[in-house]
Formats: sequence, C-alpha cells, structure tokens
Amino acid sequence: MSMNETTQLFFDTTQKLFSDQVSKECIEESEKGIWPEKLWNEAVENGLNLVIVPEEFGGVGGTWMDAGVIFKLIGKFQAPIPLAENILSSYLLSLGNINAPDDSILTMLNGSFEFNDGFLSGEAPRTPFSSHATHGVLLFENNKDIHVALIKIEKKSIKENTNLALESRGHISLDKRKPINFSKINAKIDLSFKLGALVRANQMAGALESLLEQSVQYANERIQFGRPIGKFQAIQQQLAILSTHVAASGVAADYASFSMDKGNPDLAIAVAKSRIDDAVSIGASIAHQVHGAIGFTYEHGLHFSTRRLWSWRSEYGSGSYWSQYLGKKAVENGAEKLWPSITEGNLNL
Amino acid sequence: MSTPFRFSLTDFPPEAETLRSEVRAFLETNLDNVPQEIKAETWSGADPEFSKKVGKKGWIGLSWPKEHGGAGRSAMERYVVLEEMLVAGAPVGSHWVADRQSGPLIIRYGTAEQQEKLLPGILKGETSFCIGMSEPDSGSDLAALRTKADKKGDVYVVNGTKLWTSGAHRSHYMIALFRTSKEEDRHGGLTQFIVDLSLPGITIRPIIDLTGGHHFNEVIFENAEVPASMLIGKEGGGWNQVTAELALERSGPERYLSCYLLLKELVREFSDRNDDEGVTEIGRQLSHLATLRQMSVSVAGMLNDGENPALEASVVKDLGTVFEQELPNIAHRLMRVEPDSQGTDFQRYLAILTQTSPSFSLRGGTREILRGIIARGLGLR
Repeated sequence: MSMNETTQLFFDTTQKLFSDQVSKECIEESEKGIWPEKLWNEAVENGLNLVIVPEEFGGVGGTWMDAGVIFKLIGKFQAPIPLAENILSSYLLSLGNINAPDDSILTMLNGSFEFNDGFLSGEAPRTPFSSHATHGVLLFENNKDIHVALIKIEKKSIKENTNLALESRGHISLDKRKPINFSKINAKIDLSFKLGALVRANQMAGALESLLEQSVQYANERIQFGRPIGKFQAIQQQLAILSTHVAASGVAADYASFSMDKGNPDLAIAVAKSRIDDAVSIGASIAHQVHGAIGFTYEHGLHFSTRRLWSWRSEYGSGSYWSQYLGKKAVENGAEKLWPSITEGNLNL
Repeated sequence: MSTPFRFSLTDFPPEAETLRSEVRAFLETNLDNVPQEIKAETWSGADPEFSKKVGKKGWIGLSWPKEHGGAGRSAMERYVVLEEMLVAGAPVGSHWVADRQSGPLIIRYGTAEQQEKLLPGILKGETSFCIGMSEPDSGSDLAALRTKADKKGDVYVVNGTKLWTSGAHRSHYMIALFRTSKEEDRHGGLTQFIVDLSLPGITIRPIIDLTGGHHFNEVIFENAEVPASMLIGKEGGGWNQVTAELALERSGPERYLSCYLLLKELVREFSDRNDDEGVTEIGRQLSHLATLRQMSVSVAGMLNDGENPALEASVVKDLGTVFEQELPNIAHRLMRVEPDSQGTDFQRYLAILTQTSPSFSLRGGTREILRGIIARGLGLR
C-alpha cells in the first residue's frame, strides 16, 4: 500500500514499537490483567495517542488515514493497550477545546446520558479498558446541543467484565456525577459510536492481516504427506480466498478513514463495518482450518487474533446492524438514487 | 512476509465527475429502445449503432494517447464512462473488447501500419474485436494450445480451432494466439496475430448457450492465410503479451457489475415493504459493492501510473465474480417469485441473470486459475 510520508512515518514508528514490545508474553500477561506500562508509556512518548488532535491543542495534527495505520497495527499485533480509544477520546475532547489531564489514560463511554443541574447520569455498558482508564470521555445532549464531557473513572462505579479476547469491558454507571469539564461541540450525538465502528473496522483489517500471515507461514512449515501443506491446491485455494477478504477489508477500512477526512463518512463507515464482518466470519474459519488442532490450543497464538475478531465484529454495531443501516437508507432513497449514492459515497441524497 | 497486495485508495479527479454527468445525460436519451434482456447482458449485449454513437462522443479510446487518436484522458475518466454504461445496461458489446484491450495492445505492440489501419475504426465504434485464446483442448491450460501458424513467404498459414470465442460472429477482427514454433518451454513459440475474420479459410460456427442465446462461437481455420504484416508484437513473445493484457481484462467494473440491475430492482421492490431481513441483506450487498468498487478503482489508478497490478486484478475478479454470482440467489431468496422472461422487469432480469451467472467465474480466467495466481503471490507456489 502506498502512503504519503507522514502516514508512512506513523506506520514505521508504530510498527517498530509494537515489534519490539508486543510479544506473546505481553499479550498473555495482559489477559491476566497486568498493565503493559512500558509499551503504553512509549506509545504516549511518541505522541501516538494525540495523532488526530490539532497542533494548537498540543497534538500532532494528523489525518484519519494516519490514525488508520495505527488502528490497523493495533489489530495486527494485538497490542493490549487502549491506544485507539485514547486517539478517539483525545479527538473528541479537542472538539470542545478540552485538554486531557497529564498522564491520563482515557476511555470512551458509549451510552445515553442525562444532564441535570450540572450533573451527569446514565449507563455505559462494555466500556473498553475500563479497568485501566483514569478518565472517561462521553457525548451528551442538553437543550438540543451536543456536548463533550470529561469525567474521572471511579472504580466503585464499574462492574468489570471482558470481551472474548479478555480485553477489559466494564459496565460504568454514572449517578449524578459532576464532570471535570464539558463543552458544546458541533457534532451529532452518534459521533462517538460511529468513530468506534471506524476504529474497530480498522483494527479488524489489521487482525485479518495477521491471520493471513500466520496461516501462510504455517502452511509453508507444516509437513504432511512428505511436503508442506501449502503445496496442496486444497490449502492454496483456501488461503487465496482468505487473502481476498483481507485485501477487501484493508480497502474498506481505508475507505472509512479517507471519507472521515473528507467529512462525509456515514456510508463508508457502515460499508466498512458491514463488509469486514463478513471477512471475519470467512477468514477466522479458514485460518483455524489451515492451522488444524494446534491453532485451537492456548499455547499457539492464533487465537489472540481470532478472539479479538470475534469480539470486535460485535462492538459498535455488528455487521448486520450496519447492513440494515445501509439497506434502510438505500430503500428510502429509492432505486434511482442507488448508484449515485455509491459514486458520491453519500447516503443522504 | 507482509500482505503482497498494493491497493491504495484513488479518488476521481473533478473532471471525471463532470464527465460522469455528461455520460448520464447521454444514457438517459439513448437507451429507450433497449429491451430488459439486452440490458441484463451488460457488456455482452451488442448494438453497433449504439457503439457508433459512443464513438462519436469520443468515449472510445478515451485514455489512449492523442497521437493515436485517443483523447489522452486519464484511466479514471475512462473508468467513469465504463461504470456508468454498465449500471445503465447499455449495449456496449460491439466496442468493449477493442476499447479495453485490443486497441491498447495495438498501441503498445502494433506497427505504424497496423495502427493506421485499425485504430481509427475502433475509435469510431465501427470496428469490433474478439479474443481468440481457448481451444478444444486448451481452456484453463492456455499454453496447451495447438492452432498452428506456419510461415510461408509473406503469409502465415493457419490451421486449427478456437473455441468459446465470444462475439466472433459480430466481430471484424480477432486478436488470436497461435503456435508459431514448438519450443522446450511450453510458453515459448506462441505469437499474437490480428486476424481479419473475413479471410478465406475461416469458418465461424455458433455455439448456443444454455439460455438459447448466441455469444460463443467455434472458429475454424483451414489453411487460412494471415499476412505476415498482421503479426503483432514479437514472434514467440505472445505469452508475455497476453499475460500483460490480463490486468486490463480482469480488474474493470464489468467484473462486479454484471448483476447490478438486479440489486437496483431489489431496492425498488423493498422500498414499500416493511421487511428488515430483506433490507439488511440489501445493505450487506451494498457494502460488498462499494468495497469492490474502491478496489477496482484502485487498480485503475495503478494502471494509470504505469504499474502492472496483475495480482490485484486477480483479487478483484475473484471477489467481484463471487459477489455478482451470489446476487441472483439472494434475489431468489428474498423475492419468492419465479424467474419469468415475460414477467415484471425484476422477473426478466432474474430470468437472464440466473442462467448467465455461471459464466461470470469462467470467462476471463476461471476462479481456480485466479486463486492459483493469488496463491503464488502469497508465496505458496
């Protein structure tokens, strides 16, 4: 994939960091709840968490395409840190001219929140990395205006849970909580949800790449009937199918990021989350089949990718959710506007 | 290893969008008399008069260099013309092959004489080409082909049979791959020729397909004398020339839009139903369509930059044909009506496309061959 120089720089920095630090041990420890402090600190030192925050707010001023390569690498290496969530949260705060506190670890709360007399109440189910986050960012509506708020995460308000990949996904209850700061922004209330879908789409595209790499490598190494199983056409055809879905997922994820940069992401985000969902179903099944029994063990690392994929495809709207969103818009627009909506990348014709 | 594919997003320049409006306006007034059956055939449906009109607009050879009579515009602009024609169901079959690959081949490898003789007719939409590759014992295994061209003075004497030649009966020329010598390397000794199909010694016989339609042909060469001046490119260099054409042949919008009209009719049918399952399925198909389009456009961008995205083109064609082939089955499942060539528009599209869809993953390289190419790209072979 060709990238511009800045994007390439983000790619190189992130890839180096993850190659050095995200070992199998690191992921295993994180599944036991151990915080990978060194990895997190280096990500922050490199400014990766502020990639989309404008420079005037102390950020990097990058694009969503820049962030996209980071999201993908998080998925590809299964980096067990809330870097994607911090990129999003910092971005949302920057829309309201709010700075994140020093040394904070942010998460994004999705739910519906009420704002009364300066106090927030509501429920945020399955909040990513709730067990390690120090602060949370959320959107709420008040008098028809959308606001972004920064709150402190308090352990007592969390009922901890995890997703299949044992990533922390706690339920946070806010009962008349005073935000640290809040501010009106020019956005729709579902912005955080849509951005979550954009991020998971990219992470899945990355994790699918790792499925392909692992599967091709295994097929070239594993000997049966006197030769590597990758020499058999049955296996080659399966891996070819897997690779086409990996390629499609990368393009769909890029399309979402690219459209976000152009300020018109509704169609592309829905397309990406829906399309990649199908790729996950097909891809995970092929990767496990090619690996045979060894890929089904905890000892082998394949499941670090597949368990994430099986979780991420449900988060921020499953494939069917976004398919229905697309389909509804399409039938509302009518048959004659179907093609123009695709060429313009716009569902709101 | 990292993923071997180089898809990067390519945006359409503003001039391409201007052109899009022109093409849409043209199609709005020029397709009134085209029946549903022809529309459903997209690029297999041919109407020489329509192709002449497209030629008159300057939309054939749009991206060819100006010194060859083309408009010298970008591959992206050409892409816009193609996709708009396909989704409208325009009968583009008379000029499609020449515009896509025969013309570019003649520009790249042809002699000045061949170029002067053939390119103007293509540009006007008057000269139609077909591709002569497959033979009775040479389908996926193209290098097994046996039709011989023996040099005798200033002609090549051709003997043998080409099979499954789409559109030969309505074409003026065939770009044919013949064996000019027997080599150790089975890819050697193959040479491309531009064959005037009106030459003595050439017989074109129809092969009726399962729909009762006539697209395929058997083309028999019996001591046909092809002038040596119509050899194109390098003698013995045919294999490389043919494989270079494949990226052009395999990545275009015709590889995923064959059933677009069915999807469009589904949207129409579900606009006044309250059916979440159907609407969700339509949305899912849209997500595949929009992604394929980005992939295919990305390959067009690479072609525009002078790269050879043969591997990426195989990926587009494999995914694209899986997608378009699935649509008739999905439409069947959602609509619960019988395909009927005398029924509603929807039923008529369904009747044609249900029957033609098996060919999508056969023409232009079978699915299994494409996946073999992809597996090689992955480092498995």
